Amino acid sequence: MLEIKNLHAGIEGKEILLGLDLVIRPGEVHAIMGPNGSGKSTLANVLAGRPKYEVLSGSVTFEGKDLLEMPTEERAREGVFLAMQYPVEIPGVNNIYFLKAALNAMRKHRGEEELDAMEFLQLAREKMKVVELDESFMNRGVNEGFSGGEKKRNEIFQMAVLDPKLAILDETDSGLDIDALRIVAEGVNTLRSEAHSVLVITHYQRLLRYLVPDFVHVLANGRIVKSGGKELAEELEQKGYDWVDQEVA
Amino acid sequence: MTAAVATDLREQAAETFAKLGWPTTRLEAWRYTNLAPLQKIAWRTDDAPQAIESPATFAGRAALELVFVNGRLVSTSGDLKLAAPAEVRIADWERNAMVALNTANMQDGARLEIPAGMVVDGFLSLLFIGNGDPSTSLGTGSIWSHPRNQIVVGANAQVAIVETYVGSGSYFTNTVTEIVAGESAVVDHYKLQCESISAYHVASIFIRQERAASVTSRSIAIGGTLARTETNVSLAGEGANVVLDGLFVGTATQHLDNLTAVDHVNPHCESVQLYKGILDGNARGIFDGRIIVRPGAQKTVSRQTNRNLLLSETAIVDSKPNLEIHNDDVKCNHGSTIGQIDDQQLFYLQSRGIAADEARNLLVYAFASEIVDRMKIEPVREQIRRALFQAMPERLPERRAEGRGQRAEGEA
Repeated sequence: MLEIKNLHAGIEGKEILLGLDLVIRPGEVHAIMGPNGSGKSTLANVLAGRPKYEVLSGSVTFEGKDLLEMPTEERAREGVFLAMQYPVEIPGVNNIYFLKAALNAMRKHRGEEELDAMEFLQLAREKMKVVELDESFMNRGVNEGFSGGEKKRNEIFQMAVLDPKLAILDETDSGLDIDALRIVAEGVNTLRSEAHSVLVITHYQRLLRYLVPDFVHVLANGRIVKSGGKELAEELEQKGYDWVDQEVA
Repeated sequence: MTAAVATDLREQAAETFAKLGWPTTRLEAWRYTNLAPLQKIAWRTDDAPQAIESPATFAGRAALELVFVNGRLVSTSGDLKLAAPAEVRIADWERNAMVALNTANMQDGARLEIPAGMVVDGFLSLLFIGNGDPSTSLGTGSIWSHPRNQIVVGANAQVAIVETYVGSGSYFTNTVTEIVAGESAVVDHYKLQCESISAYHVASIFIRQERAASVTSRSIAIGGTLARTETNVSLAGEGANVVLDGLFVGTATQHLDNLTAVDHVNPHCESVQLYKGILDGNARGIFDGRIIVRPGAQKTVSRQTNRNLLLSETAIVDSKPNLEIHNDDVKCNHGSTIGQIDDQQLFYLQSRGIAADEARNLLVYAFASEIVDRMKIEPVREQIRRALFQAMPERLPERRAEGRGQRAEGEA
């Protein structure tokens, strides 16, 4: 589904990813763990196409297509979703209007019928329950006045509605209490299927207790330095990132 | 509703105008706006205008609608009957040249009194239609109009007033509105300036608030080649509060000048202002916000915010807060921003599959929505949305039938 080859990328002239390789197949859940500054967020943002992040060399293909060639919205329409670390507030853009526009842009892209207001609302209500968001949130501006936890749950709600092939969670667990963490993990778990893949980017192991990955990779200094199964996350939690540094060195 | 003004007042005002002359950019309050193109014209008034149908009408939805063409009352509709007030003199014609010019040439307008304790169901609509020369430039015999509205709201009375300015061709509107809000009165005032794109428009609004009166005045400027709205508020009674909202949207070479002057005379008054500008093409927008806190106005609370969105490299905005505080016991703050579309917001929308152009348009609309969505009268909100889409169709999201406001739709 996703194939990253020797990716070099950075921001404002600073090279942060120094030859990253990663392959995600359909149905797999991968976790990328790493200390601050290792390049985790750079990877998430490069995949989603955030401006200012520059790709210097290497390639990323998504379902055989060159992902890096696509503008941000096309990546989303092809089925890549980024749950952001810091979801931005957009007062004046109604949550439900925005999400309906987004979903219909994707359906149109796939050659499907657009949903009308009633059909969409039904879908939204169903998905809202999964993340335990109150319906009153839907008629507010996008993320406007939401708490940190509500913003993260809104990301997962959007993900559930848009039903992406590949969901990238960029430190979705940061700043969440244990209940919110559980809700977020459950939201992602309901998406898991043979056709859906997930890339979880995190500093801590705790989200991975609820959202159990098939593969864990350790990112350090812009490269994946160690890969393994879910037990690698526990090992990291016990021994800390220094352990990997030493092992690699 | 015909002007019953003493001839000697007109004469005095004419003399005053002759003395003051047209405002020039040497005056601080007129620093950015040059009326020179208006001075050389041999103006005429239209004394027998034809009635004109306008899509801007609120007839049937307003409790009372007065329609004026070129400054003359041409029709009245609605069931509400209101008498004219006794003399109202709060517009400062002795120092303000444009008010003097209006006073000297005063035509019709709404002269209404809301009796004490009356709560008006629905809203009053004052529709001013300019019917000018179809050519886009002014010349000899061009039409000017001088409407004069005087509205007195009695103690504990409540009313919503909507002034709408529309038109076609080139003409000059020089309008004055005086509103007196009596003790504990509640007034929701709207001024929608959607004049013809080749019209000139100068509006001077004077609001005087007695004890505990509560006024909201919202000024929308979308039309006109050159338009200026001045909103003067005197918080004359203790505990009065005023909200001034503004939205000015300029394209092409439009020049939209907005001045507010809030005078805190007595203690415990509050004024809150939010003016937003959206400027595209070579348009220029101005926000000049004056706040005076008098020595006797303790416990004043005053907030002033001006936010501007520039959509082109060549659009200009001048933001000029002007606070004059003669008292220590006050809470005043002001802020002003000038910026482009927010990159983070744009990326967020795109990352959910919304095309860059559509995302940009959604954000422009959202910027305006903050002012539009909190208006209490749905037909007014709808009218403004329509005017916005007409003004910048390529900058706003594709319109769909459903509402997109942040709040549930509903009548005030």
